[in-house]
Amino acid sequence: MQDLVALESLSTQDIESLLDLSQNMAEILDRPIKKVPTLRGKAVVNLFFEPSTRTRNSFELAAKYLSADVINVQQSGSSVEKGETLWDTARNLSEMAVDGVIVRHQVSGVPQQLADILDIPVINAGDGSHEHPTQGLLDALTISQAKGSLAGLKVAIVGDVLHSRVARSDIHVLLALGAHVVLVGPPTVLPESYEELGVEVTTDLRRALSDADAIQVLRLQKERQNSGEIPSLWEYRLRWGITSQTVSWAKPDAVILHPGPQNRGVEIDSDILESSRSWVLRQVRNGVAVRMAVLFRLLGGGRGDE
Amino acid sequence: MKQVALLMDEDAIRRALMRIAHEIVERNQGVANLSLVGIRRRGVPLSERIAANLMVIENEAPVVGSLDIGLYRDDLANRPFSPVKQTSLGSRMVDRRIVVLVDDVLFTGRTVRAALDALSDFGRPTAIQLAVLIDRGHRELPIRADYVGKNVPTSRLERIRVEVKEIDGIDRVYVEKTEEVEATE
Amino acid sequence: MSREQTGWVIRNVRVIDPFRDVDSIEDIYVKGEEIGEPSLSTDYSVVDGRDLWLVPRLTDMHVHFREPGFENKEDLLSGSRAAAAGGFTAVCTMPNTFPTIDIPSLVQWQRDQAKNIGLVRIFPIGAISKGQEGRELADLYQMACAGAVGFSDDGHPLRDARIMRAALGYSTTLGRPIIQHAEDPALSEGGVMHEGSVSQQLGLPGIPEEAESVMVWRDVELAGLTGGLLHVAHVSAQGSLEALDYAKRRGLRVTAEVSPHHLFLTDAMIREWNFKPVTKVNPPLRPDGTRQLLIQAVRRGLIPVIASDHAPHHQDEKDRPYNEAPFGISGLETFIGTILGVFIVDGLLDPLSLFRLVTVEPHKVLGLEYPGLTVGAPADFTLIDPQAKWVVDGKKFYSRGKNTPLEGTWLQGRPVATMVGGQWTMRDQEVLR
Repeated sequence: MQDLVALESLSTQDIESLLDLSQNMAEILDRPIKKVPTLRGKAVVNLFFEPSTRTRNSFELAAKYLSADVINVQQSGSSVEKGETLWDTARNLSEMAVDGVIVRHQVSGVPQQLADILDIPVINAGDGSHEHPTQGLLDALTISQAKGSLAGLKVAIVGDVLHSRVARSDIHVLLALGAHVVLVGPPTVLPESYEELGVEVTTDLRRALSDADAIQVLRLQKERQNSGEIPSLWEYRLRWGITSQTVSWAKPDAVILHPGPQNRGVEIDSDILESSRSWVLRQVRNGVAVRMAVLFRLLGGGRGDE
Repeated sequence: MKQVALLMDEDAIRRALMRIAHEIVERNQGVANLSLVGIRRRGVPLSERIAANLMVIENEAPVVGSLDIGLYRDDLANRPFSPVKQTSLGSRMVDRRIVVLVDDVLFTGRTVRAALDALSDFGRPTAIQLAVLIDRGHRELPIRADYVGKNVPTSRLERIRVEVKEIDGIDRVYVEKTEEVEATE
Repeated sequence: MSREQTGWVIRNVRVIDPFRDVDSIEDIYVKGEEIGEPSLSTDYSVVDGRDLWLVPRLTDMHVHFREPGFENKEDLLSGSRAAAAGGFTAVCTMPNTFPTIDIPSLVQWQRDQAKNIGLVRIFPIGAISKGQEGRELADLYQMACAGAVGFSDDGHPLRDARIMRAALGYSTTLGRPIIQHAEDPALSEGGVMHEGSVSQQLGLPGIPEEAESVMVWRDVELAGLTGGLLHVAHVSAQGSLEALDYAKRRGLRVTAEVSPHHLFLTDAMIREWNFKPVTKVNPPLRPDGTRQLLIQAVRRGLIPVIASDHAPHHQDEKDRPYNEAPFGISGLETFIGTILGVFIVDGLLDPLSLFRLVTVEPHKVLGLEYPGLTVGAPADFTLIDPQAKWVVDGKKFYSRGKNTPLEGTWLQGRPVATMVGGQWTMRDQEVLR
């Protein structure tokens, strides 16, 4: 494993070993001194072309807990406007002896393109509507902590699946670990071709939630209303919102996840978020552990073969 | 071709671990303030067996924890990636306690150095002692063991293999003589 | 050093002449600028044509040479060299330059430039609307008089049905087609690849086939209303084929073309190329089911023309994130290898039928005359080695556009010599100017 660009291209074995590693990294967060010397002398760049405080902080803390040095490069706008190409930016950073690049970009495929031209590890922190692999891993880790294992569980992913990189990474990791995945949301934003991968796709929230062991609630981007894909946030809530009524269709011990940040009162109600079913804060904690595991996996070892 | 010579069998290991348990009790006047911390992987079952021996001797069980030193190695850049195993240790098991680190083989001392660093991230022990089943010499750091099952003078070309039932299905220690590659710990 | 030559003779060559419906082994004589009488004179330089095919007046009716305005991507010289290297003796240049080719003097200017370059016959296509803005018709008659062979707002669709109706109606008096880039912008907006399972799995915004076919249906109805000459550029949708079928049944004057890459490649290439924008074309690469239907449509004559849609871009522009890179790939120099691979290697068409699509048929669509390889005809032809196996290497293209999704692909068949008006323009992959 040289880069982490997409969960789709990881073997089940790679996914399982990253989750084991994450579980062991989580222990470090409970220590009085949450810093291990593992990546001392290594430097990583947080290269964010799209604003995201949460993911950037999570990666930054993960790197720092492993003693790596981190610089944050936050740039907005396309390379066309900037004049310098993205590849030039990356090559320049690489030349400054950086050991790894964490990249977030609004266009699908950019981390893959960077990985193809850079010799150092590239970690995808979310690209367009493509993938968000560390989110997928942390979601899988959280559900497996709540339920013991993912095999045979029914997991519903609710909302704007079509534009969600979180959903794509979730689907790949959940399928790899043997879960039954149901996608549900408005027909305008539901990628029906996912049935080809063995995922159930429906617009019927009740059908999706019934007997569900876990519910991943996706953030509804407000621009979906402007683009005409949903009539209004209110109508969306009525049909696909996670409320105390709709959540009652799931198993009584079903856990609720949300990648954040949440639109309270739109895709999910506050009382559900704050109920004992909600594992959203554990997701945040696991996010740091997963990112430590990924950084250690990609940077914590020589490149040589055994 | 590898040459193999048996150093300890099941009985020899059992006797050595019992002797180490006696020495620990004698030196620390009991087990009241004692934590046994096994270094992953084979230090962990050895620490559990010593703990069981202490229970027999003193009728009181010491606290037992385990430590993976993967994140503290000083040679990460020179070796292929290897995963990190679980660490089960809390500051209550370290702070103001006597910690006995347990490992299978003491060689260059670098593993112990990493374990000392790791321990200090959990708290400040009153004292740290070291128990090993085999001491094979060739230290590269100023580290020595407090309790030794067996001292085995070796050449650097030899490799000491410790096998335990919990992991390998058999209890034995043997030495492999290799001619090409320098052994590593 | 050498005495004055009377001309050239290509001996024992397989002549595939769709203009005369001939496929036979012949000797072809070139005297001056024209096809000459057979002769026993020894003053002819001999070219051994054994194992080669000779095809007259290969015509690519859809290329972008970018001049004036975008010479960093291509200009008339580099484009002409690419055409010669690709074996073409005639091309039609699209008018989406800067300024747009929407007045007769610009049409004339392009033709004059092409004459000076002398590597390929250039038949300009003029804009349908002034500035390609889709609001007012350009001076179509005057451009036709200056040499425009057709009209297109290519690069942009003509979205206003009222203007399209006017353009088609007006075309009946010109004998030149209205060439539509059929795409409903409301349906394609933001899209960068075919909308389907691959786009959904890669998370790239998609363009449904219906963005094309709804406009083809509209245009076919307008062709019926007006009796106009409609030519649908780069067809890539199943629904468009239905519309063309419907037009054919009604006997409308509707023709269409397809690009080699839509016959050869699928949207799976976007995944194989790891998001590298060399696969980004408009209309986008479609799934295999559509590709097969396009091949069938060519075989049964529903699509009479193959044209490259050669759309070169500078490397720097293609070296960008997928969504930001421009649409378009370099197509002239892989054209023959691609269509031979699709139709000849697999035996789907005989050579004579295949070459109709790049000779007679575009001439018919555009109202151009060429008599075929008869004495006195302009000596425009291409020698093709149908057995040559070669690997595509964009760096070696004569075009400034080095981007091709075929990079590294083995192709079978390539042009080995091109002659325009009795002058060699390319021999052994070397362009001679």
